[in-house]
Amino acid sequence: MRAPAGSTVAAGEVLLSVENVSLSFGGVKAIQDVSFDIRKSEVRAIIGPNGAGKTSMLNVVNGFYQPQHGRITFKGTTRTNMRPYDAAHGGIARTFQNVALFRGMSALDNIMAGRTLKMHRNFFWQILRIGPALAEEDEHRHRVEEIIDFLEIQAIRKVPVGRLPYGLQKRVELGRALAMEPDLLLLDEPMAGMNLEEKEDMSRFIVDVNEQYGTTIALIEHDMGVVMDLSDRVVVLDHGAKIADATPDDVKRDQNVIDAYLGVAH
Amino acid sequence: MANEVTAPADTFPRLLVRNARQFADRPAIRHKDLGIWQTLTWAQVFEDVRAYAVGLNRLGVKRGDTIAIVGANRPKLYMSVMAAQVLGAVPVPVYADAVADELAHVLVHAEVRFAAVEDQEQVDKILSVAERLPKLEQMFYDEKKGLRDYDHGKLHPIDELIAQGRAVLAQDASVSKWLDGEIAAGKGLDTSIILYTSGTTGPSKGVVLTAKGCIDAATDTVAFDHLDSHDEALAYLPLAWVGDHYLNYAQGLAAGFCMACPENAETAMQDLKEIGPTFYFAPPRVFEQMLTRVMIRMGDAGFPKRQLFHYFIGVARRYGETILNHQPTPLVGRLLYAVGKVLIYGPLMNVLGLSRVRVAYTAGEAIGPDLFAFYRSLGMNLKQLYGQTEAFLYVTAQPDGQIYADTVGPAAPNVDIRIAESGEVQFKSPGMFVGYFKDEAKTKEAMTADGYVKTGDAGFFDDKTGHLKIIDRAKDVGRLNDGTLFPPKYIENKLKFYPNIREAVAYGDKRDFVTVLINIDLTAVGSWAERKNVVYGSYQELAGHALVYDMIARHVEEMNRALSEDKVTAGAQIKRFLILHKELDADDGELTRTQKVRRGFVAERYAPLVKALYDGSREADISTEVTFEDGRKGIMSARVEIRDVKTVPVATALEKVA
Repeated sequence: MRAPAGSTVAAGEVLLSVENVSLSFGGVKAIQDVSFDIRKSEVRAIIGPNGAGKTSMLNVVNGFYQPQHGRITFKGTTRTNMRPYDAAHGGIARTFQNVALFRGMSALDNIMAGRTLKMHRNFFWQILRIGPALAEEDEHRHRVEEIIDFLEIQAIRKVPVGRLPYGLQKRVELGRALAMEPDLLLLDEPMAGMNLEEKEDMSRFIVDVNEQYGTTIALIEHDMGVVMDLSDRVVVLDHGAKIADATPDDVKRDQNVIDAYLGVAH
Repeated sequence: MANEVTAPADTFPRLLVRNARQFADRPAIRHKDLGIWQTLTWAQVFEDVRAYAVGLNRLGVKRGDTIAIVGANRPKLYMSVMAAQVLGAVPVPVYADAVADELAHVLVHAEVRFAAVEDQEQVDKILSVAERLPKLEQMFYDEKKGLRDYDHGKLHPIDELIAQGRAVLAQDASVSKWLDGEIAAGKGLDTSIILYTSGTTGPSKGVVLTAKGCIDAATDTVAFDHLDSHDEALAYLPLAWVGDHYLNYAQGLAAGFCMACPENAETAMQDLKEIGPTFYFAPPRVFEQMLTRVMIRMGDAGFPKRQLFHYFIGVARRYGETILNHQPTPLVGRLLYAVGKVLIYGPLMNVLGLSRVRVAYTAGEAIGPDLFAFYRSLGMNLKQLYGQTEAFLYVTAQPDGQIYADTVGPAAPNVDIRIAESGEVQFKSPGMFVGYFKDEAKTKEAMTADGYVKTGDAGFFDDKTGHLKIIDRAKDVGRLNDGTLFPPKYIENKLKFYPNIREAVAYGDKRDFVTVLINIDLTAVGSWAERKNVVYGSYQELAGHALVYDMIARHVEEMNRALSEDKVTAGAQIKRFLILHKELDADDGELTRTQKVRRGFVAERYAPLVKALYDGSREADISTEVTFEDGRKGIMSARVEIRDVKTVPVATALEKVA
C-alpha cells in the first residue's frame, strides 16, 4: 500500500478534531457536548459502557449522522454537513460492529470493492474491461493482493465470505477498509465475538497496519485488555458525555472511569 | 540428466553449478507471490545463492558453522540451505511449528551461530529463548512484516544480504574467484546437513549426513523413478523433515527438476491443483483427507451425479488396477474404464491436482488397502516406500508394476537389508548417516558391530512377492496375558481406515484384553451429524454423543469380525473402547511433529481413563492440561463414557502364538 495520498498533516499533529458535538434522537441525547482530537499516526480508542454513545460518535465522524451542535475538523477543513460518501472520498474508512460484507461475493471481490473510489475509468470502461480499464484493474488487483498477503488470507481468496467463520469475515472487512488506503481508519468493535486466538491475530494486524503504513486508527472496543495494549490515547464516554481523555494507564486509574464501568452507589 | 554427469558433483553446491550450466533456463523454484506464480530458473537461483553466500560470509559465516533454518517452504529458506552449503557451513532445519522450548533444544544442541528464519513469528520465538542461546550471533529473515521496529543489529533481511553480496560480486572479481574456490573446496565426505529426528522416541537427535551419501542416494532413486528436469514437485512437506530434504531438495538438485513452494501452509491443496506436480509424496493421512473430502462433496451432489460417480468408481475398482499394472483386462472393462476416465476419473484427478502425477509415493504409516486401491484404480501410479532419517529416507521402494498395499517393496537400489534374529529390520545404504551429532552413545546403540543400522522396526520378507513387510515398531509388538500376539499399530491402523476415526490408540500389552482410545474425525463425523440433525457445540460434545458412540461401536464390531478371520489376530479383538474428549495434539506432546501417536505418553496422561477401561466402569472423569497455540496453558475436564463391544467368539480354538 502507498502512503495515503493527499494528506498534508504531519505525524503527531491533529488529523481530526471534534469540538462540542451534541447529537440527539428526539428526546434521547446520544452525545452531549463532546470534544476530542485524533492525532496523525496514533491509535485512538473510544471506550465506554453499553449505550455510552461510542458507535454514534463513530457515525458522526464518518458523516452518517449529522450532529445538531458542534464542529468537526478533518485535515484542516471544518465541516458541518457531510455525507458518508464525502467521508470516504476524504480518506475515512471503517468497519462495522456487525460484519457488513457482500456475503455472496468472494473475499477477493469484497476487498476489490474497497478500491471502487480509486478507480478512474467509468462504469462502461469497467464493463468492457479492455485497454486502460484492464490495466487499471491489474494495478488495483496488485494492491488488493498486497492486502491479502498482509492479512494472511491467501487460502480464502476465492471463498464466498458467507461461508467463512466470523473471525475471518472480520479480517476481510478490515481488508476492504484498508483497500481504500485511508488516512483515518475507524474500527467498530473489531474483536467482538472473537476467541482469544482470533483476538490476538486481529490485535497484531491493527498494530501492523498502524506501524507499517502509519495509518491513523480510531477504534471502539469492549475488551479492556485489548484497548490498553493497543492504543496510544483513550477517550471514555458515559451516557453520551466524555468523562476521561488520557493515556491508557491514566484512564485505568481514573475514578470516574472505574465508577462508570463498575457502577457506584448513589 | 543426472546420471550422465561426468564431473564429480558430489556436493550440493557443485550440483547447483552443474544445473545452472546444464538446465540454465529451466525452472528450479516456483513460488506464488501476490497471487501470481513466479519462476526462478536454475541460472537465477545459482546467481542469487552466490550473492547470498557472499552476504552471509560478510556477516561471518564460515566453513563448519551451523545455521538453523526455521520456517515453511519458502524459496529464500531453500536458498539459505544452498548458500550455507556453498560456504561449507552446515544447515540445521528446524520444524516451523516447534514451540520455543523445542526450538531452543535443537539450537543449543547444534550450537548454531546463525539462523535463517521465515518471519516475525519465528524471530519472536527465538528472541523469547535468547538467553539460552548465547552462541547465536545473527538472524536473517525472509518476510519483513512486523519487523520494522526491531533492533536490526543482529537481524537482517535476506534480500538485503543478497543485494549486498551482488554488489560486492559486481565490484570485485576476486570475490567471485574466492567463491568458486569455496565451492571447489567442499568435499563429498563433509557434513552436508544435520536433520533432527521428530522425537517419536525421546528427545530429538541430530542425524548427520554427508554430501556424497545424500547425492548418491538421491541419484539412485532419481534413476529408479526416471525423474528428469521436466518433472515438478510441490514442496509442501515440513522443511526440517528428511522427506522434504530428500524428495524435493536432494532429488530436485540431482535431477534438475523444479520444486514449487506453496503460498502458505493453508493453500497447499489449492496450489497442488494449480501446479499439477508430476512427482508427489504424501503421507497416507493426506490421501485419506483428500478422499474424505471427495466423498463428502459427492454426498452433497445431485442424484444423477452421485449415481454416475459411484458406478464408475465401481468400474475403476474392478478394472483400474489391472490396467495400470498392464495385466490382461477384458475388453468391456477397458471400454468402460475409458468412458469413466473421460467422465469421472480425469476431472476428479484434475480437481485434486493429481492429473499430471507420474510417480507418487506414500510412507510413514500403513495405508488402508481400500484407500491405496482407490487412487491406483483412478490411474495414479501410487507406490509405497519405507525409510527413515538415518537412511536419508529410502530403505525400500516399490518398483513400477510391483505394487501391493501391504508391502513396502524390495530394497531400494544399492541398499542392503537383513532381518535380525529378533525380527528387526537392519540395513546398509548409500545415504546412511554418519552418526548422531554429539552423541557417540546413541550412535553406537543404533548400529550393529558390522555397520548395519538398526531400524527398530519388526518386519519380514514376504514369500510370495519378495517384498518387505513391516508389522510394527519392534519394541511395540506385545502379548496379552494369555500369550496372544498384540500388534497395537496394526489394530490402530485398521481402525483408522474408517473415515470417522481419525486416531486410535490401542492398549493390551501385559493385560487381559485389548482396549482402544478413539479420536473421531471432525470433518467426517461433523458432516454425518449435519445429515442426521445431531446438534453439537464443540468437539467435546460431539465426541461424547450417544449416537456417535453407537456408530463407532458398529465400526469396532465390524473390525472385530475382520480380526477374527485371521487366526493370528483373532485373540486381539477389542473388548472395550472410549472416545476421547479432545483431539490428540502435538502441542500437548500427544503426537510427534510428524503426527504419530506417542502411545506411552498418552497412557500416562490419560491414566484414569486407561484404568477405567480395565476395571469395568461405565464412565470416568478426566482433567488434563492443554497447551494453546500461543503457548498458554489451560485445564480441560470431561466425563467420558466407556463402551463394551461384542467380540466374535473364536470357536476354532484360539491359536496362540507362542
